[in-house]
Amino acid sequence: MKRFFCICLLLLTLVPCAPAIAASAAGKEASDTSEINVSDVIFSHIGDSYEWHMWTWKGHPVAIYLPVILYSKTSGWHVFSSKHIAEGETYEGFRIQSDELKYSNKLVEVAPDGSVTRPLDLSITKNVLSLMISSLLILVIVLLTARWYRTHDSEKKAPEGLAAFMEPVIMMIHEMARENIGEEDYKKYSPYLITVFLFIITNNFLGIIPIFPGGANLTGNIACTLVLALFTFFIVNLFGNKEYYREIFLPDVPGFLKPIMPVIEVFSALMKPVSLTVRLFANMLAGHIQILSVMCLIFIMAKYGGLLLGGMTIVSVAFGLFLDVLELLISFIQAFVFTMLSSIYIGLAHQKE
Amino acid sequence: MSLVTPDIGLIFWMVLVFGLLFFILAKVGLPTVTNMVEKRTDGIRKALKDAQVAEERMHGLAREQKELIDKTRAEQLKMLQEASAEKERIIAEAKVQAGEEASKILSAARAEIALERDNAVRDIRRQVADLSVAIAEKVLRRELDAQGGQQEYAEKLAGELTDSDLNKEV
Repeated sequence: MKRFFCICLLLLTLVPCAPAIAASAAGKEASDTSEINVSDVIFSHIGDSYEWHMWTWKGHPVAIYLPVILYSKTSGWHVFSSKHIAEGETYEGFRIQSDELKYSNKLVEVAPDGSVTRPLDLSITKNVLSLMISSLLILVIVLLTARWYRTHDSEKKAPEGLAAFMEPVIMMIHEMARENIGEEDYKKYSPYLITVFLFIITNNFLGIIPIFPGGANLTGNIACTLVLALFTFFIVNLFGNKEYYREIFLPDVPGFLKPIMPVIEVFSALMKPVSLTVRLFANMLAGHIQILSVMCLIFIMAKYGGLLLGGMTIVSVAFGLFLDVLELLISFIQAFVFTMLSSIYIGLAHQKE
Repeated sequence: MSLVTPDIGLIFWMVLVFGLLFFILAKVGLPTVTNMVEKRTDGIRKALKDAQVAEERMHGLAREQKELIDKTRAEQLKMLQEASAEKERIIAEAKVQAGEEASKILSAARAEIALERDNAVRDIRRQVADLSVAIAEKVLRRELDAQGGQQEYAEKLAGELTDSDLNKEV
C-alpha cells in the first residue's frame, strides 16, 4: 500500500513537467516558424484524435496509430490503420480534414468531384482507447476487490490490501445512495452510482497523467458526459414511481397553474441531464486548458530572451503544480457531485407521498 | 464548435463500453462487496448490542454480589454478637452451677466430717468405758484381796447394776 502511494506521488510530481514536455515538442515545431500558435497546441491536446501522439523525436512523431472504422453510404465498411492518413494523406478516399475547414480534424470522405461528406465514424480514437483502458482498469480493480470478499471470511475479518483501499470508496457511494434514495430502493441503484463514480474519477485522474495510458481528455469530452447524463436520465425516468409522474403532469397547484406546470416540469426534467453533462465536461475541460495555458507561457516567453524565459519557467512550473493539485481535488469533487446529483434525481423519482 | 458537438463514434463506444462495464460490475462485482460489508456492519452492530447487554448483566451481577456480601457481613456481625451474648450467658450459668456444686460438695463433706467425728467420739467413749471397766476390775480385785469381804461387795454391786447403772451404761 505504501509503495502504491509512493508511486502515485512520484507520478504526481511528474505531472506538471509533462505538459511542458508536450508543449516543448509543439514549441520546437513552431520554433521553425518562430511563432507558437497557443490555441492550436491547447486544442490538439484537449481534442480527440485518430492516433495517440506521445512525443516528437528528431522531427518524427512517436505515436500509437489506432484503427479507423468507417461506414460510407457509397462504399460500405472500411477498417484501416490511422498511420495511412496521419500526415494528411488520402487513403481509400478518406482523409483528415484540416483545421480551418468544415469537419476540422475529423475524417471525411472525398468524392471524385472534391466535395466532402462525413461517414459514420466508429473509429477507435484516443478517447475510445482511453475509455477501454480505464474501464478495464476499473473492472480489474473491482473484480479483484470482490474476489477478496469471496475468498475471505469477510464478515469477521477487516479488509486488507486492495479491498481495504476500495471498501471505503465503494461504501461511501453506497451509503450516499441509501441516504438519497431511501432504504427501500437504494440497493437497486447503488451499483450504477458506484460504477459512475469510479468511472468518472478514474478517467479524471487518467486525464491528469500526461503520458500513455493517461492524457486523454475523456471526461472533458461532451460525448462522454452526455452519455453518462443520459444513463442517469433514463434510469430516473424509466423507473420513476407514480408519485413522480403525478408531480409532473398533475401537480397539486391552483387551477390556473395546472396547464403551465407540466411544461415547466418536463423542461426541468430535460434540463437535468444537460446540467450534468455541461458541469462535468466544462470543469474538466477548463482544468486542462488552464494547465496547458500556463505551460504555453514558457514558449511564448522564449522569444523575449533568457532572463524572462527562466523566470517564467519557474513561475509556470510552480503554478502548474498548484493547478495540478487543484485538478486532483476537482477530479474528486466533480465525480462526487455527478454521483450525488444522480442519486438525488433517482431519489426524487422514488419519493413516497 | 467541435468541442461542444458530441461525436457519434465516441457516443457509440461510450454506450457500449460503459454499459458493459456497468452490467458486469452490477452482476458480479459490486453486490458481492456491498452485501458482505453490510453483513459485516450488521454483525458488528449486533456484537456491540450484545456487548452492551452483557455489560448491563455484569453490572447487575456485580450489584447483586455486593448486596450479597453486605447481607452476609451483616449476618456475620449479628451472629458474632449473638455468640458473644451466648458466651456470657453460658459463663454466668456455669458460674452459678459451679457455686451450687461447690456448696453441695461442701455440705456433703461437712456431713461426712460430722459423721466421722461422731463415730470417733463413740469409739473413744467405748474405749473409755472399756478402760474404766478394766480399771474398776483391777481396783475391785485389789480391794477384794485386801479386805476379804468379797461376797458382800459382789452383792452390793449386783444390786446397783440391776436398778440404775445398767440403764446408764448402755
